[in-house]
Amino acid sequence: MNTSLLILIPLLPLLGFLINGIGFRHVPKSLVGVIGSAAALGAFGISLYIWSSFEGQAVVVSLFDWITVGPLNIAFSFQIDQLSLLMLLVVTGVGSLIHIYSIGYMSHDAAFGKFFAFLNLFLFFMLLLVMGSNYVIMFIGWEGVGLCSYLLIGFWNKVTNYNNAARKAFIMNRIGDLGFLLGIFLIIQTFGTVEYLQVFDQAAGMSVGNATLGAITLLLFVGAMGKSAQIPLYTWLPDAMAGPTPVSALIHAATMVTAGIYMVVRSNVLYALAPDTLEIVGILGLATALMAASIGLFQNDIKKVLAYSTVSQLGYMFMALGVAAYSSAMFHVITHAFFKALLFLGAGSVIHAMSNEQDIRNMGGLRKKLPVTFLTFLIATIAISGIPPFAGFFSKDEILAHVYQHNKLMWVLGVAGSIMTSFYMFRLLFLTFFGDFRGTPAQANHLHESPASMTLPLVVLAVLSVIGGFMNVPHVLGGHSALATFMEPLFEGAKRANPALFERGHLDHSTEYMLMGVSVVAALIAMGAAYVLFISKKAIPAADGQESGLQKVIYNKYYVDELYEAVFVNPMRKLSDALYSFGEFIVDGGAKSAGALVKFSAGQLRQIQTGETSFYVFAMVVGITALLLWNFGSILFK
Amino acid sequence: MFPQNAPPIPQVIQLIPLQSYLWLSTALFVIGIVGVLTRRNAIVVFMSIELMLNAVNLLLVAFSSYRSDPAGQVFVFFIMAVAAAEVAVGLAIIVMIYRNSRSIDIGFLNKLKW
Repeated sequence: MNTSLLILIPLLPLLGFLINGIGFRHVPKSLVGVIGSAAALGAFGISLYIWSSFEGQAVVVSLFDWITVGPLNIAFSFQIDQLSLLMLLVVTGVGSLIHIYSIGYMSHDAAFGKFFAFLNLFLFFMLLLVMGSNYVIMFIGWEGVGLCSYLLIGFWNKVTNYNNAARKAFIMNRIGDLGFLLGIFLIIQTFGTVEYLQVFDQAAGMSVGNATLGAITLLLFVGAMGKSAQIPLYTWLPDAMAGPTPVSALIHAATMVTAGIYMVVRSNVLYALAPDTLEIVGILGLATALMAASIGLFQNDIKKVLAYSTVSQLGYMFMALGVAAYSSAMFHVITHAFFKALLFLGAGSVIHAMSNEQDIRNMGGLRKKLPVTFLTFLIATIAISGIPPFAGFFSKDEILAHVYQHNKLMWVLGVAGSIMTSFYMFRLLFLTFFGDFRGTPAQANHLHESPASMTLPLVVLAVLSVIGGFMNVPHVLGGHSALATFMEPLFEGAKRANPALFERGHLDHSTEYMLMGVSVVAALIAMGAAYVLFISKKAIPAADGQESGLQKVIYNKYYVDELYEAVFVNPMRKLSDALYSFGEFIVDGGAKSAGALVKFSAGQLRQIQTGETSFYVFAMVVGITALLLWNFGSILFK
Repeated sequence: MFPQNAPPIPQVIQLIPLQSYLWLSTALFVIGIVGVLTRRNAIVVFMSIELMLNAVNLLLVAFSSYRSDPAGQVFVFFIMAVAAAEVAVGLAIIVMIYRNSRSIDIGFLNKLKW
């Protein structure tokens, strides 16, 4: 493997950021998109090359020693193994497509160059996150993507609501990051190093259920909760839809929010030794999946539906992690990146055509006007609903099969979640693309298919959403579980450390068929229900404020935002106000009275300055005499 | 600081003890100070200042002789040169004041204040 090329992977986006960022308003608009996309595509090309020359062994490439304190040495180094390769390909591949899409989508925006600069900066940090060979490098990337997320959510910073959403995302992420940081400190204290390979080597010798490992894994998971929007830190993600749609697709669906899953998979040895933490991860994941899916049922904003869907799918991934099905979680990360990015980009295409309308109650019948968008959106909907043979079916089914082995009740709830998924996705599809157009005549006249730079990424992602599942076809369907086999070496350490966790017995084929059948039939029934409701009966969701009963509670997101507002935000604000007024009294009072004292005494003292020369001379003589007496008085009066 | 093997002090100088010089220059200096403090005529104040300068000069020369160290006498020459320059400037200022105000009373110069 050519390691010098490796450095170029994060360096190219950084270069793109510098050119577009420093040259903002000076680089010609036609070049901005080309530079930004070329940086992403270049990184993707190199990632492909590295992948093709990968030999199955984890390679650590050290760039320089970064921090050396006593025995602790933190190197700035990259690690290339199966996991980082997969993430590299997803991040740069989907990232490149979204860059190309943005050329069309953002073409009318005044801050076009700034947008591409931020996107490239995000890619840089995301690549650091997945390539770093220790937790500290990961943390740099972790914080960096959080920053870019903040910058891009508040990209249209003239709207106060958007800025509030950006702040909310940043603060919630900071809460999680604190946990992550404490986890890193605990790792340093326990193992004396942060290098993945060394930490996992040492951890493998520890006993199952070790309390320190439990604490480390829990703290790391708090970080994952924030970044990957799990209960209780999930409320920022739906609000993050304030950002431009390509941002939602890249950061808040395909890449950044999967950082938490990446981190848990990366630390799989530690988690394997902490079964209690895994249990918590699984339960929280399931709860998040169900709660977010149920909220998604009644949302009317096209991007909000997708946002809750993302939270829900992330919940599925954590559920998989909770039952130690690490490779299934990664599989779902990859397929989800395809179809969710596609859904968001499709939604962006719709919003573009509808002149920035996002309410699905004002859409309808768009399939004739936007044929490419409709077809690709349909494919993504089928994929996420888990209908074979599209990508989502394979990955979700694999997760559900592992969950079934772990706990039957969790499986039932998981299937319930996937019914909801299928329902809200088809509801979205039917309301948007079928029926009659419900918007204003002005919007109807303006309807148009998006330019090629936007439809091309849609088509590529649609193809990936169709065939993506075939990279990991289970044995029961005549496949070889290629992805799981590829990732096998990653989990060897965990299997040695805690073999019991991975002994889940073999499901016989009839059970597997049964599980698949149940989830497919469930998805189809939900789709049928949505069809009857929104096409046959032509039901349209009630206007705001018309909901009643349970629907109202769910439409208002279970009032979680209001709860947080009342329990955390307002007391905090009151406390800050109190501290502020107190501080104002003490600090300002002190400063002001000191000033007043100086002014007053100076006013008094200046009276001495009479202007009489003889008085000045007299004062001088007295002063000199006093000085002499002070210094030599002891000699004189001995 | 002082020369190690200083040449002996000439007999003729030792005729008058060092104390007498000290008393004399102190007296001159105090007369100068009192003059500066009490007189209002600018020229008299000026002369009193010269008196103080010369009291210091006398002291320097006396010490210089009694220690056989020429440095003090070099200082005196510098002080005399500077004093001459100062007199030239100072008298010119006094002349200008007189031309403008027809008075050389320093009580008149009381504008330099708050």
